[in-house]
Amino acid sequence: MSAQAAGKQTFVRELLGRSDYAIIGEIVEPGSKVLDLGCGEGELLQWLAENKGVDARGVEISSLKVQRAIARGVSVFQGDIDDGLADYPEQAFDYVILSQTLQETHHPLRVLREMLRVGKRGIVAFPNFGHWRVRLNMLLSGRAPRTTLFPYEWYESPNIHFLTVHDFETLAAAEGLIVERRYFLSGHRKIAWLPNLTAEVAVFLVRR
Amino acid sequence: MIVAANTVRFDSLSLDSGATLAPVEVAYETYGELNAAKSNAVLALHAFSGDAHAAGISHETGKPGWWDNMIGPGKAFDTNRYFVICSNVLGGCRGTTGPSSVDPRTGCPYGMSFPVITIGDMVRAQKMLVDWFAIERLLTVTGGSMGGMQALEWAVAHADRVVSAIPIASTTRHSAQQIAFNEVGRQAIMADPDWNGGDYYGKRPPARGLAVARMVGHITYMSDDSMHEKFGRRLRGKENFSYAFDVDFEVESYLRYRGSQFVNRFDANSYLYITKAMDYFDLTNGSGSLAAALEPAKARFLVISFSSDWLYPSYQSQEIVRALRSRNCDVAYVELESNYGHDSFLVDVAEQTNLVRGFLASTFEKLP
Repeated sequence: MSAQAAGKQTFVRELLGRSDYAIIGEIVEPGSKVLDLGCGEGELLQWLAENKGVDARGVEISSLKVQRAIARGVSVFQGDIDDGLADYPEQAFDYVILSQTLQETHHPLRVLREMLRVGKRGIVAFPNFGHWRVRLNMLLSGRAPRTTLFPYEWYESPNIHFLTVHDFETLAAAEGLIVERRYFLSGHRKIAWLPNLTAEVAVFLVRR
Repeated sequence: MIVAANTVRFDSLSLDSGATLAPVEVAYETYGELNAAKSNAVLALHAFSGDAHAAGISHETGKPGWWDNMIGPGKAFDTNRYFVICSNVLGGCRGTTGPSSVDPRTGCPYGMSFPVITIGDMVRAQKMLVDWFAIERLLTVTGGSMGGMQALEWAVAHADRVVSAIPIASTTRHSAQQIAFNEVGRQAIMADPDWNGGDYYGKRPPARGLAVARMVGHITYMSDDSMHEKFGRRLRGKENFSYAFDVDFEVESYLRYRGSQFVNRFDANSYLYITKAMDYFDLTNGSGSLAAALEPAKARFLVISFSSDWLYPSYQSQEIVRALRSRNCDVAYVELESNYGHDSFLVDVAEQTNLVRGFLASTFEKLP
């Protein structure tokens, strides 16, 4: 699957129903050591373990999801990533993944710094709040935007820190991070033109 | 599945205290078949009052084992795939050498002349058994409560011999509260005149003291919720208070029954020795910190705790997990929701089953 997504092809085939997973599956080197923050039921980690032979670990706050992850054989720790990484030694992982999780954390900057303390590289995937549909939705409705990407009512949304492609680039520069790769996705298409306006999901590979 | 206990005799065992026990007998049961590569062995480690009878129906008593809901064909420890061994701990009274065993030097039961033993000594006796089976590496060592302590001790003291460890509702060391409850139990036994300095074999055993000790124990194994659910304030076989000190409440009746039943199957001196071993246990002994103590550990870990367990609270399991993470060990952890208190690992096994099954299968598949 990941091979199909590789190279200069414009289209990304879904991995486990998600195009950002396909990008992550493409980035992660075989045999590496991976920590997935907010790993849910561990589907991505299981895929990476089976297809790339990675040493896969995860952190997830929901007991039910942790149980399902462990039941599928993935080593997941039940805990809060906002304050749960302190125990890990420095540079313990080749990759630390934050897949659609950063916008759900209470302290995104602290989490970002921690992930690059415990990991040599960070893979950050997030929904782009700068997408034109979000902007238009808010402009026309005058309400907190609800789109296919942000489907929640404001009072029940897990997304508590909205960010755009520009926001992340700005933060990465301010933190002195090196962006090794960046991917912008609209549906199954990789896009390059006006990503802050047209990307639904962005995936960054960063390091210190 | 009808099962029977076996006993194997070893010449001697050197103990942490410096004493030597000779000979040592270890009672054990096994379930399932050891594969040709001897790579599918699971060592189940019993809690304080358990014994070698972990699964199946006992040939002797007709009763199911203490973890029969977890061990058997198609269960969490699937005996169609794995070979499960369970032995009675050193110091026990169910077939393995303990204070009620006969001291060959005197021809009388050891009583209080039995040397003080530790969790490390229990594990050393188990290791002799595993060596006797010629099993190089155990697929997993697992148990709840004191069984979890043994699993941790295995993972550190015999790191090359265990592929994975599943300590459940356990700790790396007893808190003051845990020691306190054990001390109440010990004092109840020793305050019974029938205890007689531990010399009661062939005479009347300290049944009242042991029963009280067990009553206290049972309270700590349950939770406020589970006691409320099971007994509430219901009266036992009456409409009104007796205005006397007979049994009024259901919970009194239950505790008295459990206490009196326990006397039939457990030795008071074993109670003293085993609780002492639990209280002495401290994985950090001599190494400064838990993280340092875990340095030799190579196993993959699955740590489980229960939300309503106030005797071995989740924070104790989380301490293990944090120390393992700081060593970058492979560890999975989850706190399961349950109302059954410390007893959850024995009675509330649906979720525990899914966890263990998945963890074990993936560990087994990853074997070289």
